[in-house]
Amino acid sequence: MLPMTAEEHVKEATRTGTLVHLPGLSQEAGPDRDPRLSDVDEWGRSERMRALARRLYDPLYRRWFRVEWEGLEKIPTDGGALLVANHAAALPSDAPVIMHGIEEELGRAVYGLADHLFKSIPVVGTMWSRTGGVAAHPENAYRLLREQKQLVLVFPEGAKGPGKTYAERYRLRRFGRGGFVEIAMRAGVPVVPIAVVGAEESMPILFKLPSVAKSLGLPYFPITANQLVFGPILGNVMYFPAKFKLKVLDPVHFDVPPDQERYSKSRVMDEAEDIRVSLQDTLYEMLKARQSVWFG
Amino acid sequence: MGKRVLITGLGTFWGSRIAQRLEADPDVDVIVGLDAVEPTIALERVEYVKADPSYSILSRIVKATQVDTILHTFLVVDSTHMSGRKLHEINVIGTMNLLAAAGAPESSVRQVVVKSSSLIYGSSFQDPVWFREETPRVRSPRNRVERSLLEVEGYLRDFAEDNPHVAVSLLRFSNVLGTDIVTSISKALELPLTPSILGYDPLMQFLEEDDVARAIEFVMANQVPGIYNVAGDGRLPWSEVASMCGKRLAPLPPLFTHWLTNPLGRLGVVDMPPELLDLLRYGRGIDNRRLKRAGFNYRYTSAGAVESFARAQRLRRSVGENSNPSYRYERDVENFFRHSPAVVRDPAQ
Repeated sequence: MLPMTAEEHVKEATRTGTLVHLPGLSQEAGPDRDPRLSDVDEWGRSERMRALARRLYDPLYRRWFRVEWEGLEKIPTDGGALLVANHAAALPSDAPVIMHGIEEELGRAVYGLADHLFKSIPVVGTMWSRTGGVAAHPENAYRLLREQKQLVLVFPEGAKGPGKTYAERYRLRRFGRGGFVEIAMRAGVPVVPIAVVGAEESMPILFKLPSVAKSLGLPYFPITANQLVFGPILGNVMYFPAKFKLKVLDPVHFDVPPDQERYSKSRVMDEAEDIRVSLQDTLYEMLKARQSVWFG
Repeated sequence: MGKRVLITGLGTFWGSRIAQRLEADPDVDVIVGLDAVEPTIALERVEYVKADPSYSILSRIVKATQVDTILHTFLVVDSTHMSGRKLHEINVIGTMNLLAAAGAPESSVRQVVVKSSSLIYGSSFQDPVWFREETPRVRSPRNRVERSLLEVEGYLRDFAEDNPHVAVSLLRFSNVLGTDIVTSISKALELPLTPSILGYDPLMQFLEEDDVARAIEFVMANQVPGIYNVAGDGRLPWSEVASMCGKRLAPLPPLFTHWLTNPLGRLGVVDMPPELLDLLRYGRGIDNRRLKRAGFNYRYTSAGAVESFARAQRLRRSVGENSNPSYRYERDVENFFRHSPAVVRDPAQ
């Protein structure tokens, strides 16, 4: 006789009028069952939130900034890589553009490293983290790159990049202390430089109020052209429709063993400076070819 | 010959819990439990010694009992109901006396296990997502629990250096949830609405209470010296923790939060020490892989620990708080069972 299913048991019991023991339908919840309710990962990123953000952001990316990429095929399709780019606009518009572009075109997640300051701001910090932002701590970068083989985006200029006034546009600041090169060396991944044209004009800073910034604990407090055009509230979130052009440069591989305690500081500084110079040259070349800020 | 173990803080949740488990271990010959208060659960063969919280009589006990293992479970990691002076007395002075006794010239102690806390790393917006044992904390401590734990770890480091023949294990436990333990986090999750801080949804990490006892037993049995983080795998947002417990969030204002929680705490509505307010903003993650590499297997993940707590909470809601029979320590009764010739100790003989 074939073993009966639960339904057949019930049928049999109703027919004969006897009590039968039904086979257990639900298993006792063991500790190894996954009780998670949301899809927020250890970095605070939620793919669901990220997908929603992509859907909302897409019109801005395609119609407002009309983003164009060159050399997207140079970004590795697997394995970790550290993406570095120039940084601009009072409220940086380049990070979402790069993350959105790569995720849409290559279908790979990008984790954007940003100043810790983000995390301390209510709502903004949480949203930033859910949509792929991670605090720029060397331990975080190493774990993402080396162990999880992800794409990580970093702006080596830090807050000095977006804190430039319009008069200083497209002139790269110091690349920190070359920490990004050291992390890439330790993680054994290439650095992929990306030159961004358009971000500078999307929210240019006219002048800064250092005393206000100091009292608020911010790296800079800008008065932007957007605030003058769109008003003091909308001007803080509305970008000018500058034409975005991005160019991916050749990946830079370092021929050093990973996981070293320390790397030669002179080598690190030289590599960082080389990357900075090639980014700067590429930016100037792209600006030479640009006919119009708004139409490219 | 089996082990001779001394446990501090026998009257606390962890002290009694671990003593109970050691009683079942045939490799342990003698268990001496030390505390200022009496144990709150029934123990079979543990010898309870009443001591002042800073353990000034400890060197005499160590000498008299010739213990070879000390389990220091009595570090206060919750500052809500304790004055700063008392906390300092227990954590810092207590540990100092303990280590002085263990490091005396003719001491028989060969292993010291200390139950510390991941509070040692603090919680700030500049933190990495995962703290390894070597990662230095980012900001200097602003509350007294963290300060005292840092001092304790300092003493312990010196002790380990001066006594290379003693295996010193320092375990840094993450926030614990489970079926029985009561902490400020479990109390927050028992409230009708779960307190949170507006605009923040930190990633939390938890450890199930069973894994705490198992980790201590593990380092004791395998003699693994060094510093180890102990925490469940993964991190999950505080909002998700609340919804797993079937609760909604009650957001507190992000500015001047303590102006609200201090009076509410005094009224007994909430129990939110400063270290919890920091945690509810920025969370904390500690890398648990070193202990795994040493051979320890966790039974629960962070989410599993929350699940275990939520299940116990549902049971309590149905049958009430007192599902466990209460126990009161009676010195004469306990002495009778341990030392009277009338008691048959090994029925097999």
